[in-house]
Amino acid sequence: MFTTVTLSLFEGFLGTLKLFALTLLFALPLGLIISFGSMHKSIIVRGPIRFIIWIVRGTPLMLQLLIIFYGPGIFLGTNLWGAGDGGRFTAALVAFVFNYACYFSEIFRGGIQSIPKGQYEAAAVLGLTKTQTFFKIVLLQVVKRIVPPISNEVITLVKDTSLARVIAFYEIIWEGERFIKSAGIIWPLFYTGAFYLIFSGLLTLLFGYIEKKLSYFK
Amino acid sequence: MSILEVNNIKKKFDNTEVLKDISFSMEKGQTLSIIGSSGSGKTTLLRCLNFLETPDEGTISVNGNLLYDAAVGHGKDADIREKRLHFGMVFQQFNLFPQYTALENVILAPKLEGRGKSAEEIIENGKVLLDKMGLYDRMNNYPHQLSGGQQQRVAIARALALQPDILCFDEPTSALDPELTGEVLKVIKELASQHTTMIIVTHEISFAKDVSDEIIFMDGGVIAEQGTPAQVIDNPANERTRQFLSNYNG
Repeated sequence: MFTTVTLSLFEGFLGTLKLFALTLLFALPLGLIISFGSMHKSIIVRGPIRFIIWIVRGTPLMLQLLIIFYGPGIFLGTNLWGAGDGGRFTAALVAFVFNYACYFSEIFRGGIQSIPKGQYEAAAVLGLTKTQTFFKIVLLQVVKRIVPPISNEVITLVKDTSLARVIAFYEIIWEGERFIKSAGIIWPLFYTGAFYLIFSGLLTLLFGYIEKKLSYFK
Repeated sequence: MSILEVNNIKKKFDNTEVLKDISFSMEKGQTLSIIGSSGSGKTTLLRCLNFLETPDEGTISVNGNLLYDAAVGHGKDADIREKRLHFGMVFQQFNLFPQYTALENVILAPKLEGRGKSAEEIIENGKVLLDKMGLYDRMNNYPHQLSGGQQQRVAIARALALQPDILCFDEPTSALDPELTGEVLKVIKELASQHTTMIIVTHEISFAKDVSDEIIFMDGGVIAEQGTPAQVIDNPANERTRQFLSNYNG
């Protein structure tokens, strides 16, 4: 029984991992773009972006999942996401990417704004372009500073993926819960915790490694 | 022909007039020191030359070419970058790039700009400059592994690597411990003896007297007195200069 449960939980965990990995893949670059918007000189750009960040950070992710999944059908009269599991996955991914990009953008903004003005001035008097200054001077210093808060968000994301079952997205908690109905046992649901623990343990090691890699400068 | 000619520069921050009609010129190979109390506008003047601040009025010419005219304003970003390269800048806080070694700091900009030089030439030139600064054996150290004095010397090498017409120093020793000040001043003195054209904003009066061909004393956004060290420091004509200097000699 233990092997059967482990194997099927593992299958559920693949759903978790897929949502996790794709969310990161899209939310990190989108977050960088949003952070530029939220630091824009013009209030016309900055204002709406900060308003959206406020909405996204100020409402529960579970509610955002429900609105994004059911909203188009109710308000636009069209099922934007397509039928079946694929549609559920796409809707969940969009909600997660949007939500996490907003959180990441605030971390990026903090990191970018913490770089001393003198770094920009030194780059300027050396004749560097704005693009060169960002990629050659600022970026790595920002990365070093934001590794700890980003690692926090990433580990939170692992566990947040379980919220997607509110729109019936198939992942590990869903799989664990199935055993209550099908076999009348509850321990597989509790057992899912081990999967989360091991995976977030691996992520902790990975981020520790990155931090160490970047410790050659201050 | 003067290497630098500054005419009628004015600069306001909000409603505070920091520079009120500044004009001066300097010759190639000379060292010009700007002294004066904090808030007299000397750092702002230097920052205007590097276009870190934009003058509200006035003109700046280098080698007889009009570089900036407030009536016209700046061109595109690329133009400002091009103009800036006439000036090197050494900051009070060094502003080295922490993720790069001493040598990488020095060669970064020349490598990005290219100017038809090979990577080997640029690296070789960077090593020569660090050697001149007495830092040949520290070229692979990161800034945090260097003392303040060593960091500032790397910053000087970094500014020299682009072969500016005029090298500017903004209080280069103000962030240093007294023991470390000497090694930086020694390097600047060395540069002066090799006829590097330099403008030095400093609080080190005796050093300024020692190293300069010309001294400007600024007070309240104007040039209160200008002349050779013998004139300005030993025989000041202006009452404010005398007052200012008495705080140093006393």
